[in-house]
Order: sequence, then C-alpha cells, then structure tokens
Amino acid sequence: MNNKKNSIEKVVGLFIHKKPNPADKIDITHKRFRWSDFIAEKIIKSVAFLSITIIILIFFFVFREAFPIFSFGEKEKPKTEQNSATQEQYGTETTMPEKQEQYGVESNEPEQQEQYGVQTDEDTTMGESFTPIEATESGSSTDNNKSAIKTLPTKTWQPVSDNPRYGLLPLLIGTIKITIISLLFAGPLAILAALYTSVFAPKRLKELIKPTIEMLAGVPSVVIGFFALMVMATFLQNVFGYDVRLNSFVGGIAMGLAAIPIIYTITEDALTAVPKTYYEASLALGASKWQTAFFVILPAATPGIFAAVLLGIGRVFGETMIALMATGNAAMMGLNPFESVRTLAATIGAEMAEVVFGDTHYNVLFLIGSMLFIFTFALNAIAEFWVKGKLMKKIQGK
Amino acid sequence: MMLKNFKRDAKGFIFEGLTLASALIIIAILVVMLVVIIIGGKSMFNWEFLTTFPTDGMTKGGIFPAIYGTAILVIIMSIAAVPFGTITAIYLTEYAKENSFIARSIRFAVRTLAVIPSIIFGLFGLGFFIKFVGTEMDSVFLGGQLKWGQPNILWASLTMALLTLPVVIVSVEEALKTIPRELREASLALGATKWQTIRKVVLPGSMSGIMTGTILAVSRGAGEVAPILFTGAAYYLATLPGSLSDQFMVLGYHIYIMSTQSANVDQTLPIQFGTTLVLLILTFSLNIVAIILRYRIRRRRIV
Repeated sequence: MNNKKNSIEKVVGLFIHKKPNPADKIDITHKRFRWSDFIAEKIIKSVAFLSITIIILIFFFVFREAFPIFSFGEKEKPKTEQNSATQEQYGTETTMPEKQEQYGVESNEPEQQEQYGVQTDEDTTMGESFTPIEATESGSSTDNNKSAIKTLPTKTWQPVSDNPRYGLLPLLIGTIKITIISLLFAGPLAILAALYTSVFAPKRLKELIKPTIEMLAGVPSVVIGFFALMVMATFLQNVFGYDVRLNSFVGGIAMGLAAIPIIYTITEDALTAVPKTYYEASLALGASKWQTAFFVILPAATPGIFAAVLLGIGRVFGETMIALMATGNAAMMGLNPFESVRTLAATIGAEMAEVVFGDTHYNVLFLIGSMLFIFTFALNAIAEFWVKGKLMKKIQGK
Repeated sequence: MMLKNFKRDAKGFIFEGLTLASALIIIAILVVMLVVIIIGGKSMFNWEFLTTFPTDGMTKGGIFPAIYGTAILVIIMSIAAVPFGTITAIYLTEYAKENSFIARSIRFAVRTLAVIPSIIFGLFGLGFFIKFVGTEMDSVFLGGQLKWGQPNILWASLTMALLTLPVVIVSVEEALKTIPRELREASLALGATKWQTIRKVVLPGSMSGIMTGTILAVSRGAGEVAPILFTGAAYYLATLPGSLSDQFMVLGYHIYIMSTQSANVDQTLPIQFGTTLVLLILTFSLNIVAIILRYRIRRRRIV
C-alpha cells in the first residue's frame, strides 16, 4: 500500500514539476535504500546460520562435557564439589588421608571417614604414592580419570561398583551386532519394496503402498519399542525357541522397523531418478521387465541405495528407545545373536539420569555421545558428498 | 503385438513376486502392530482415562498429566522451531544463491541435524541448556539459587525444537518452491521491494507449507522420548506443571517407564496399551493431515 502511494505521488510529482529533478530519475532506475528491507535481510541471513551454529554448539558442548576424561591433571580446574561427589559414589582410589589433612577442620569429614573407612584402607597405597599435600582435590579426580581411561578398551562395563570399569568394547560389539541384524532384516525388504513401487507397481497401487510404508516413519520409536517388548519378543521366542526373551535379535528386528522407512524412501527416490531412457533402451533391446529392473535400474541407482543404507545404519546406531526397551540391556561380549546386548545409545539413556554431574562416569557417557555424534556425522557426510557425486557422474554418463 | 507378448518366464514371476512380497511384508507388520495396539488399548480408551490423574501408585487412573505435558511441550517447541525454521527456509529459497557455499553448508547442516541421533540432542540439552545457560542464569539473576540449572519443561521444549527444526525447514522450503516465479517477478515489477514481495506474496502463498511443517514437527516432537529423558520429563507428578521451570510428564516417557521401570508391569498392561494407543492416534492423525496438506501443495505445482 505504502509503496503504491509513493509511486502515485511520484507520478503526480512528475507532472507538477515542469523540469524533472534528476534525483527522480535515479529514483526510478536505482533501488532506494530502505531500512526495513535492509534489517529484514540481515535478520533472515543471521537466523539462517542458526542451523550451522547449532551443529557447532553440539560439537562443542558434547565434547566439553566429555573432555575432562582426557585431562591428566596438567591444569585441572578446581573441582571440589564434583570430587566429593565422586568419592561418595565410588569411594575407590580416593585420597582420603590427604583429604583429612586438608579438610581436618570441616565438620562433615568424620562422617565421610566413617562411611568409607574400609575402602580407604585398601586404597591407601594409591594415596600415599602421591606427596601428601600436593595431591589435593584435583589429584583424586585425575587419578580417577587416569584409571578410567585405562579401562576404556577393556571387556567389562561396570560403571557403578567399588572399582568402576568403563570398558566400551561390549557396548561397541553389541551396537555393531544389532546394526548388522537390523540391516540384514531391513535392507533387503526395503530395497525390494522400493523396486516394486518404482518399477513394477501399477500407478494406483503405488500411490497406496508408498504412503503406507512411509506411515511407518511416523510411528514413534517408543511405540515400536513397546510393541517389540510386549508382542514381538514373545512371538519370536515361541518361533525360534531361544532362552533369553529380550536379546539382540528382537532388538535388531525392531530397529529394522525404524530403519525401513528411511531406506525405502531414499532408495525409491534414487530408483525414480534413474532416467527413463535407460528403462526404454533396455526394453527395446529385448530385455524383460524384471531383467531391466534388476540388471539396469538397480545397478544405475547403486550409489543412492548405498546412501540409503548408510543413513539406515545411522538411524539404528543412534536409536535409543528401542534399544532400551527391547535388547535386554546386558553388556555382554558374545557374538550369539540370541544374547542380550547393550548398545552405546541405550547406555547413555539408561545411566545418564542416575550419574553425578561432573563425575567420571558422567564424562564417559558424554564420551560415548561424542563417539555417536562423530560416527553419524561422518556417515551423513559420506552419504552427502561422496555418494551424490558418484550418482551424478553415473547418471550423466561421464 | 509380438512386442507386447514378451517372454514372461518363470524367473520374472519369481523376482517380481519377491519385490511385491517385501512390500506386503512391511505393510503387514505395520498393520499387525496397529491392530495389536488398538485391540490392547481399546478397553482403556475412554473419556475418563484421558481426563484423570494416575492413582494408586500409577496402577490405576488416567493419563491426563501426560497428555497435558505433551501438549505444553509441543506448543513451546513449535513457538521456538516454526519461526526459525520458516526464516531459514526463506533464506534458502529467496536470498541465497542456489549453489553458493553458504547455501550448501546450511543445507548440509540441516540434513546433519536431521540424522543426528535424538539421544545426542538430549546430551546437548543437558550440557548446553541446563549446565551452561541454566546455571549461568541462576548465578546471574538468582545469585546461585537453583532454579533454571535443572531439568524443566523449557529446556526440554527447546531441545525438542532443535530436533524438529529440519522438519520445518524442509517442508516450508518445499512449499516455497511451488510458488511460481512469475508471481514474484510481477510483484517486483510493480515496484515492491524484495522484503515486501516475501511478506505480501511469498509468505501468504506458503501458509499451507508452514502448516504442514508445524504439524509434522508436532507429530515428531510428541513421539520422541530420548531428547527429554534427562532434560525435563518426570516419572510421576501429582500436579500439573505451573511454570516453565517445572518438570512434566509426557506420553512417550510414560509408556517407557510403565513398561520397563515400574514394579508391576503385568498389572498395568492395559494402561500401557491405552497410552500407546493415545500416542499413536495423536501422531497418526497429525501425519495424515500433513499428508493431505502436502498432497494439495504438490497438486498446486502441477496446475
């Protein structure tokens, strides 16, 4: 409206002034500077960077909380509170004698001593290896971190015990096991189904099947987990007759259900992106429909299918609720698919609520989180850049 | 005629049958899941269940606080996610050059946000919102008194907003792209500035896209549990959350704790199925509305 008025005034102005002002000419051919436009553009631009900022912030803050585990006491931030928390929970490898010397005045000290008397005794050797007073509060924390980092590549995950061990191997193996199972289940199903809808299905049927499969993506993972826990676990146990009701097999199938819509959608897109000329040329050469589908269209879309599988892996790898509910959550090392497992993501979900903030266990959980983050980030980057480049090359025939 | 009658050998039938079978298996699993949950939850699905509090140590009663908490969560989440998502989409379609470095990196960031596991958002919410922003707010405004530096509904909603941001961006972008170029050019030719064109021409035309994005985001946010596990969801609360700094109950979390953490899982089975049914109805009906809206947007592009 405002603008219209302006232009009308300008036109009227042209008639009133007999000699047109040169400034008016510039007004017509050049953009006039407008504050509203300028501000709007700046705001929109800065908001658009939000998503990049969020990614960077996630990087920074997840790592920040995981970082203390790598600090070997070079310059330890004073962590008095966190430290006493550590002692309360684990009571191992503490430097209680030194503490007493330092905090002798504090009233709560005797209490602590009573509580942890036994443990202190067996760990005094640890404490005394430090020079008494200099191994202050930071001493015990780094001590904890040092021993924790040593236990990272071991086979036991026992974060809550007198002698906490943070062996990530069983969690890693459990996660990989479940990922493989769910991909073996979801991959072929989703890819073949995508092939059906993009090549074989009549148009009507396609418009029915495609949204139905995509509805699966709308089922919340907690619902899939609940279904797996209550119904699928019992059903599969009756069919296969294994001992442990909740195991990596059930969890893998359930997570496959979550991965199917992702793999299906991306594969479908890749298959429909294959030029129609491929299809027609193949048919013209005398190939039948199924031969065309399997030997022409499917190979042409391989990079896209690869990307679909990668994103499916990413989904399964980071899936938390299904893992929490349907895998049994026991950190075991075995390769048997009918054993309970505990995945990396489920470990975070199950234990984060119970840890003491700033404690070694807390840092280790954030370390697992950063591992998950780096892994899915890398998967996505591969799917994005490498695969897309390949796909483009292949379709353009270069 | 000869061409039409090409060899339909046995192999062809087998392979085509295989692909059809996999599509049908997927649909069958979905249908079985829906039917089982509907049958299991049907008996509980009534007005009383929806509008009463849990009683007798959560073994009886309804799920009203969980529904209420979910509603508050998605409302705050939408308030945070929808404007930012829309603006990002506007930038990507209206301002950024299609293949510029900035646009590509923003797109990459959006896609990365979409695939990051939801539990990572939970960790981020804990590390950033609660431990960093919340604690700082406490020490600056409240002199160290613990109010914001702990899990609450605001931090949970904001964490969820980050998770649903890509959903909004993608659907708004899709809608913006369906607006004909000629409309924009006509507006610019009439003397409107770029911002005026966006405000008066582009945005009204993409309202349905923004709606779709919001609905999909709400449906996603209502179902996710992992991001709010440690940023605000509570096991049981006797009262409804009264302020932003309160904890809250959520449908998804309710299902999770009732089926895994509660002492008498068998006794509360109907409640669990009922809650699952409510959550499923909520997310599915939202999804169906979104699909219809999206279908209408796509049809507009063809016309």
